[in-house]
Amino acid sequence: MICLGIEGTAHTLGVGVVDDSGKVLANVRSEYIPKMGGIHPREAAEHHAATVSGVIVEALRTAKVKAGEMDIVSFSMGPGLGPCLRVTAVAARALAYLTRKPLVGVNHCLAHIEIGRLVTKVADPLTLYVSGGNTILAAFEAGRYRIFGETLDIAVGNMLDAFAREAGIPHPGGPRIEQLASHGDRFISLPYTVKGMDLSFSGLLTAATSILKTGEVRLEDVCYSLQEVAFSMLAEVTERALAHTEKKDLLLTGGVAANGRLQEMMSSISKEHGATSHFVPLEYAGDNGAMIAWTGIVFYLAGKTIGIEESLVKPKWRLDEIDVPS
Amino acid sequence: MLVKKGAEAYLFREEWYGLPAMRKYRVPKSYRVPELDYEIRRARTVHEARLMYEACKVGVPAPSIYFIDLEETTIIMEYVEGDRVKDIVDYLQPEKRKKIFYEVGSKIALMHKNGIVHGDLTTSNMIQATSGKVFFIDFGLGEFSSSVEDEGVDLHLMRRALESTHYRYSVECFDAIVNGYKASIGESLTNKVLKRVHEIESRGRYFKRETDNRKENRRHDKNGNFSD
Repeated sequence: MICLGIEGTAHTLGVGVVDDSGKVLANVRSEYIPKMGGIHPREAAEHHAATVSGVIVEALRTAKVKAGEMDIVSFSMGPGLGPCLRVTAVAARALAYLTRKPLVGVNHCLAHIEIGRLVTKVADPLTLYVSGGNTILAAFEAGRYRIFGETLDIAVGNMLDAFAREAGIPHPGGPRIEQLASHGDRFISLPYTVKGMDLSFSGLLTAATSILKTGEVRLEDVCYSLQEVAFSMLAEVTERALAHTEKKDLLLTGGVAANGRLQEMMSSISKEHGATSHFVPLEYAGDNGAMIAWTGIVFYLAGKTIGIEESLVKPKWRLDEIDVPS
Repeated sequence: MLVKKGAEAYLFREEWYGLPAMRKYRVPKSYRVPELDYEIRRARTVHEARLMYEACKVGVPAPSIYFIDLEETTIIMEYVEGDRVKDIVDYLQPEKRKKIFYEVGSKIALMHKNGIVHGDLTTSNMIQATSGKVFFIDFGLGEFSSSVEDEGVDLHLMRRALESTHYRYSVECFDAIVNGYKASIGESLTNKVLKRVHEIESRGRYFKRETDNRKENRRHDKNGNFSD
């Protein structure tokens, strides 16, 4: 059984082709890179509209699968930017309609966890999903993913990107901040905001930006302090959730999962609690089509296909709303 | 004797000049840089002690403080005999459960009325004492604040904790909390805070608001079945 999945919630338009054994036959993407500033939803949607058919064709060619040979079409139905989601949905509906194949609407956050479990071969982890759009700490319990902690305002990746732009660091900001931080050695105090199990990054962004603008602190030291504070916040709530859920595996995924310092902290807390940390490789940690295709198979096997008339996008679809097939 | 190895602190059951006591030691975290690590532990130790003392003063059951050692980031406090609410919620008779959470709600209101927000309201941080009272512990993330925003976050976290840990009873438990809160602080202040709770939840990035649904449906109707 083969599923073609289309991802397009934010800046990445990705198409994956996966079979029911979990083998990824193709994982192709085209990324919208803003000329300046952050993601402009309309421009991102225009990028997706212009590239989606080409990416689908390339994915099928890479997978050596003809359009008629696939069994399922899945797409990222939410959460994400409305204009991007709608373009993706239109492409998926058209493909399903033309090929007369069943359609599956996939939750983007759930897909990150599912592909993470697939590639790391971990059955029941506590997941920290950190990206430009999401900061979520979740674990499976009684048929659903329960969210133990999340951001109250902006995502940690969004905070890093926005700081990078303020500091004149070109896109993508995260890797460059990590590199600069490794040359920092002076820790400056920045707001550390943990509320219960939830986090807030907006004050940290404002404080780091204004300190940078005084010109009194080296950029390396600001990056170093920014990372230390932001990741210590993540580590604190993750550690508490590990202690609380007593899960034996910790899964780190999303674009920010590629950060070495964050990985180091996650390893440290896992070790402390007798758990093992698993880092999803960037190809599957960042937004990608394979995760949508694989989750499409999981949901198809549970009988969760949708009609085209039920395939409205859900820009604010929460992970903890979904009944997950076991 | 070490009784609990929490994520943040270790708890030791001891005696303090003949009184049964709990020693709470905030442990250094090797993943944090030392400057940040000590500052977090020190600030939380001071803060927690102050908040617990204030809570006691206004009539919210919290362990009495016996001694504070800042260098060792340690608080020595009264030992409260009883059960963690977390451990008993799922086994209680519905009426008893309602009564406990009504009590919890009225004490949260009492804290809020007196400018204290707990900051980490979970059922692990409440003890049903053998004396019958519900004690609040772990004020480490609390604040002195009378802002509706902070009070709203406090109740929001309480609900989130119930939903993730006691999902079967979360609605009835939270309803009982709201009733107790109302009885203690009055209808209009309660509604003000609850309105803020709703607002806070709608700020969450992917919270589904009713207005969003309407918007999506409108687009749906106007543009036909699948051309949204």
